[in-house]
Amino acid sequence: MDGRAVGTAWLPISMSERLGVRKTYKLFVGGAFPRSESGRSYPVHGSDGQLLAYAAQASRKDLRDAIVAARRAVPGWSGATAYNRGQVLYRVAELLEGRAAQFTAEVAAAEGVSSERAAEIVEAAIDRWVWYAGWSDKLAQVAGAANPVAGPYFNFSVPEPTGVVCMLAPPESSLLGLVSVVAPVIVTGNTAVVVASEPYPLPAVTLAEVLATSDVPPGVVNVLTGRVTELAPVAASHRDVNAIDLTGAPDADRAALERAAAGNLKRVYHGDEEWEEPPGTGRLLATVEVKTVWHPVGI
Amino acid sequence: MTSKAGADLTVTDAMAWEYAPAPESRDVVSIAAEYGLFVDGEFRPAADGTTFATVNPATEEPLARVSDAGTADVEAAVKAARRAYKQVWRRMPGSERAKYLYRIARMLQERAREFAVLESLDNGKPIRESRDVDVPLAAAHFFYYAGWADKLEHAGFGPAPRPLGVAGQVIPWNFPLLMAAWKLAPALAAGNTCVLKPAETTPLTALLLAQVCQQAGLPPGVVNVLTGGGDTGAALVRQPGVNKIAFTGSTEVGKQIAAAVAGTPAKVTLELGGKAANIVFDDAPVEQAIEGIVSGIFFNQGHVCCAGSRLLVQESVADIVLDRLRRRLATLRLGDPLDKNTDIGAINSRQQLDKITDLVASGDAEGAERWSPPCELPDRGFWFPPTVFTGVSQSHRIAREEIFGPVLSVLTFRTPEEAIAKANNTPYGLSAGVWTEKGSRILWCAQRLRAGVVWANTYNRFDPASPFGGYQESGHGREGGRHGLAAYLDV
Repeated sequence: MDGRAVGTAWLPISMSERLGVRKTYKLFVGGAFPRSESGRSYPVHGSDGQLLAYAAQASRKDLRDAIVAARRAVPGWSGATAYNRGQVLYRVAELLEGRAAQFTAEVAAAEGVSSERAAEIVEAAIDRWVWYAGWSDKLAQVAGAANPVAGPYFNFSVPEPTGVVCMLAPPESSLLGLVSVVAPVIVTGNTAVVVASEPYPLPAVTLAEVLATSDVPPGVVNVLTGRVTELAPVAASHRDVNAIDLTGAPDADRAALERAAAGNLKRVYHGDEEWEEPPGTGRLLATVEVKTVWHPVGI
Repeated sequence: MTSKAGADLTVTDAMAWEYAPAPESRDVVSIAAEYGLFVDGEFRPAADGTTFATVNPATEEPLARVSDAGTADVEAAVKAARRAYKQVWRRMPGSERAKYLYRIARMLQERAREFAVLESLDNGKPIRESRDVDVPLAAAHFFYYAGWADKLEHAGFGPAPRPLGVAGQVIPWNFPLLMAAWKLAPALAAGNTCVLKPAETTPLTALLLAQVCQQAGLPPGVVNVLTGGGDTGAALVRQPGVNKIAFTGSTEVGKQIAAAVAGTPAKVTLELGGKAANIVFDDAPVEQAIEGIVSGIFFNQGHVCCAGSRLLVQESVADIVLDRLRRRLATLRLGDPLDKNTDIGAINSRQQLDKITDLVASGDAEGAERWSPPCELPDRGFWFPPTVFTGVSQSHRIAREEIFGPVLSVLTFRTPEEAIAKANNTPYGLSAGVWTEKGSRILWCAQRLRAGVVWANTYNRFDPASPFGGYQESGHGREGGRHGLAAYLDV
């Protein structure tokens, strides 16, 4: 059994049977799947200690490249209509559903839960994605306002995407947690660079494959696998990142990361959700800016 | 006035007509020789007894000595605020909190002229502005947020949104009373108690507001006012018992505060600097645009974080706009802030005057062309003439750095895309202006400008119902409106 990748484990070892084709797990940057420019990878083990695969170990340079790709994608994605973003994200959920069996196997292997439990997690992740997709054309109505100012002015406020958001995905929840940090960021028009769960990175790469084959434009979501302690400080101090989500940061690093984020006054979000619980609007609101527009009223 | 002679008289002699002085009376204000800190409902000296002088920037005349709060005073004020929060304010029904805020709003209106004169004396801003903008808006803020105090469960933050606790609030010198109102009103409405630190150079209206709180019967400790300098503010934002920090001021200090509270549970909102673009398209209503440019950068001597300090004018109309702008600037009256005809008052401090002078010198050195109208500056006090730089490029310091003075940098553009690119070419993102008669272009620009407030065919309008705050390095969080409540609730 040693050395076999997930998804091939059910195959009997027999010279008469076909040999499985394993997957190379790579990064997802700007719509492409490069290896790390550093040439590094790290072994990923299942809960039983079995080697599942080698994941790319992203370097600081890979992170900076991903941020460039995310920045490039901002005008198109933030400029898309809310209806369009909602449809694109719903399409992602459709593709997730089609790959449910693969995600179930990967989540089970990574998190060491039963197949039944993994299937529940995958279903919850897909439902979570659908829930967030529906927010695309509703958040402005909930978080925006028409403001009755004391003068002859039309005045309204709307939430707008803050720009490029870096997220440290929760280490313990390889798919549901990942989906819960990615979807609320991009549905409002932000673009994202997400550092996947370090111990369980493989479902994130498969999610990237789903994103790549849906209608999400290149660069809107970039997925890196690697060492959080290596990548997080770069994300926190990067001048072209507008917000950082420290959900997956080690507790001991949080203060330093927040201090680094103060260098360009990034918006900082600390998540500590129970992933199974229904999310509120907190994550949606954490990466939007409220813009208020005035215009005189007259003839 | 129908005759040709009459018309000629108006044109030829207008410049020669002198305005008679029209000073507002100072008698409405009585300034004490010395002021204590307002802690736990009482005025008392700083624990170590130190004081400093606040001066009238228009004359350099000392107005009063105020107490310099030290660490012990910060601790005492936060402790008093904590006690008031736990024992009184948090438990009080919102409808009762509302009535205190309504009382304060009414008393501000009753004593409006007194506040306006005191503000102009201590800050140097024209009485026309303190009387017509600062004080009425401050009262309006209390009035607006008073009405939220008993409606929080309907504000969209869940069925029972909770206050944060003790708010430490540090405010700047450009709108001393108004900024105090922006900070205190939403905090108190949401059920927090406050420790307010007014700016070192403009403490007097905050102390008068403290007296109003006392006279309104506000329970001791609900509002505390600590006067002092940067050290006092730094001690306040680092005080462990502070649950919420609200700061308005420079981006530099805002970053220091964000770094200082990193890793602590304190919630922070920051309203910081700006370098706003005021974009004038070729089809703009020119006369209105000129007024908007003038109020955009010369309102409050340009001591405005959202000032329209970069004029982006479409190349095809640049000459016309600049010609009319210069003619308009020649009519501005600079001088005694208490004179009701004054348009441009005093620069708030020598330190700020030095900063403006330094940046203007950089504009000269980097090759921009400087122009000011003929303008006599008073012999004493801190003054700077309205100034326009043309031939400014994006790399010039005067196009990148916040000057916080009556200095306009003019750049040109050819296409709407270029205007947006130049407008957004800044780490700030507080505000922007757009002037055009074409509605679709206004909305197109408004969507693309990376700024928290966009004024279209108007500029520098404020209202308690209207959220205000920045993108990027202009800070985070909003003040005003329903959004302003979120900054003071556990949401």
